[in-house]
Amino acid sequence: MIPELGHFALILALSLAICQGVMPLIGAQRGDDSLMALARPAALGQFVFVAFSFGCLTWSFLQSDFSVLYVANHSQLELPTIYKISAVWGAHEGSLLLWILILAVWTVAVSRYSAELPLSMRARVIGVLGLLSCGFLLFTLLTSNPFERLIPAAQDGADLNPLLQDPGLAIHPPLLYIGYVGFSVAFAFAVAAMLSGNLDQTWARWTRPWTTWAWLFLTVGIALGSWWAYYELGWGGWWFWDPVENASFMPWLAGTALIHSLAVTEKRGLFKSWTLLLAISAFSLSLLGTFLVRSGILVSVHAFATDPSRGLFILIFLGIVIGGALTLYAMRAPSLDSAAGFRPLSRETFLLLNNVLLVIAATLVLFGTLSPLLVEFASGEKISVGPPWFEIAFVIPMLPLIFLVGLGMHTAWRTQDPRRLFAMVRTPAIIAVVLGVLVPTFFYGRFSLMTVVSLIAGFWIVAVSLLQPLRNLRREEGAARMTRSALGMTVAHLGLGLFVIGVTIVSTFTVEEDISMVPGQKVAVAGYDFELKSLDRVEGPNYNALEGLVEIRRNGEFVSELRPQKRTYRVQQSPMTEAGIDVGWNRDLFVALGDPLGNAAWSVRIQYKPMIRFIWLGAFVMALGGIVAASDRRYRLTAAARDKQGVVAGEAA
Amino acid sequence: MKPRQQRMLAVGLAAVGLLIATVLTMQAFEKNMMFYVEISEVAKGNAPEDRNFRVGGLVVEESVVREPGDLQVQFTLTDMEAELDVLFSGVLPDLFREGQGIIAHGRMGDNGKFVADKVLAKHDENYMPPEVAESLAKHAAAKAAAQAEAAAEAVKP
Repeated sequence: MIPELGHFALILALSLAICQGVMPLIGAQRGDDSLMALARPAALGQFVFVAFSFGCLTWSFLQSDFSVLYVANHSQLELPTIYKISAVWGAHEGSLLLWILILAVWTVAVSRYSAELPLSMRARVIGVLGLLSCGFLLFTLLTSNPFERLIPAAQDGADLNPLLQDPGLAIHPPLLYIGYVGFSVAFAFAVAAMLSGNLDQTWARWTRPWTTWAWLFLTVGIALGSWWAYYELGWGGWWFWDPVENASFMPWLAGTALIHSLAVTEKRGLFKSWTLLLAISAFSLSLLGTFLVRSGILVSVHAFATDPSRGLFILIFLGIVIGGALTLYAMRAPSLDSAAGFRPLSRETFLLLNNVLLVIAATLVLFGTLSPLLVEFASGEKISVGPPWFEIAFVIPMLPLIFLVGLGMHTAWRTQDPRRLFAMVRTPAIIAVVLGVLVPTFFYGRFSLMTVVSLIAGFWIVAVSLLQPLRNLRREEGAARMTRSALGMTVAHLGLGLFVIGVTIVSTFTVEEDISMVPGQKVAVAGYDFELKSLDRVEGPNYNALEGLVEIRRNGEFVSELRPQKRTYRVQQSPMTEAGIDVGWNRDLFVALGDPLGNAAWSVRIQYKPMIRFIWLGAFVMALGGIVAASDRRYRLTAAARDKQGVVAGEAA
Repeated sequence: MKPRQQRMLAVGLAAVGLLIATVLTMQAFEKNMMFYVEISEVAKGNAPEDRNFRVGGLVVEESVVREPGDLQVQFTLTDMEAELDVLFSGVLPDLFREGQGIIAHGRMGDNGKFVADKVLAKHDENYMPPEVAESLAKHAAAKAAAQAEAAAEAVKP
């Protein structure tokens, strides 16, 4: 009964989504207030029914209702309660429902916090979001119904894939989806602005906080996914350039370009058509990512089970969304001339370069991801492109970008006196060069050109990011304080610097060894002594495991004790490696059990990972910067108050 | 410089930069892409020389051998028609087992064995890499056809 209610609720949600997608758009076109007024109640109603439907599926999981096919395939009686809940989005059907729920939440948020928008603009934005929701609801109902019954019901479920039984994976997909789907708001604003034909700077200001929020959730979501892959896939890598990872990374790159380009459009009224195009691209890349992941046309370590007929649906949907938006863009773009000019040395130039380089990076990632398909179509050869290529290709646009960021953030709009700029950044530049050479030499005992250049880049951004806050602390009384948006930008760039430092050091100085060990044996890796003291059988709630006890000492002094496990989950009988990790701010020690080698020996992977925490720390600091910037008060002011304050707040950032 | 010249210069520099970057990326692409080669092709000697490639197939039952306590392992892969011995040293993935479809990255050694530097098995034990599934189906069919032909030959007087 509960599953059927969930199914019906989903159908009702579709009807409301159609209403939400069609009526307000017609109303806005005709100037009919009563049709436009439908937007908000329809959006709210849709949200209620989608949430109810999602609740029904969750309930079925909690009740272990194995007469529901999806539940039977992805849960099991002994599964801990938290994973019964996270199993709801553990596979295709449920994660699609989560996607729809999050879209509904964003829509309600837009309709709640858009009181200051003109009625027609609000109607159009909500209408476009409604149309997107229609697409996904249809997709779910036609190809991927999570409430499909299994008759007769199964005695017990097939269990959730053991890899997904992890707290990191319980929260990673929702955060990632909040980010992914959040770009639909920027997309809807862009389409709405193009429909209305009114493309002045105001739409950029409305879009900015929404885009920043979506971007920061995506940042955290990707970082959590990388963290999960690091400890749960078992082998200590943190990024694999896997198609599924790339699918989330391309929208991130486009989204990063978009928030920078929106800044120019809002402040200076420039790059209007470019910003529109980026808003369309960021969301299109999200959709493309979904298509790639769900159609199974690309091989991926994340690909669990996939279905080509679903791919066809998404491909058609993708064609309609992107094709429609680009057609509209082609009709409007020619009228988007801007008279405002800027000098070669100005913030506008740096933001333009930022956009160009980020778009190149995103294009390269897209090319690398799709190249196996392109080559197979062209020649029939099956190829794969490994991480080494992505690493080289990605660094080519990114390294110059990182150096430019430090200059750009201290350059004024319109025009900048070069001497003042260089006087300002001289000290940070010297600090960066000194640290970039000294750190690898003294702490790690060796260096290469690439390492030094990348480290200088990282320290450079950290140092220049500290300039403005330091000056703000020492400012004279009465001088203007740093605005939230300026502070947010600074914090986000600081995060980028920490990330670059972490990536450079971990990829240069990691020590990784596969060793055959018997209990009682000691090995030395990267100056630490690892002793495998014992191997014992232990039992978990739904798995049995062999647990190693590894003691780590340095110069005879106790450092840590790790308990890596080799688990066998009882239902699926699949083995799983649980690594033992000793976390430190400047290094991780990582031990994972491989397989029995005979004669009581086991293969053991031991790794020393310096500064790896800075990778995720950097990402979280970036996201924090996003929160600070998005909470700038000028986005929260009412229209009336803004008119009064607009000049002050607007100029300062 | 006049603004017009400045703009020309900027565009020119951008074009040169883009050209260099494109050449570098394409070179790196050429160097780093790996072909998938069917085991039957490897058996016929059609494997690329001096560069890495990928092979995929089922791990033959009871073919996994190693000196007790040694990291070095040897196993045999089959596409249901031909077979290939693979050498690997290191930790095997969790879902590596006999009868499982796997992919290996590496190159041919001097002894006619494939020396793998990476062995991949997927998260999901029911999951078969598509290229492996395709070659298995193709070669299983080829072998069945060959056997049927041989049987027909044998029946003939």
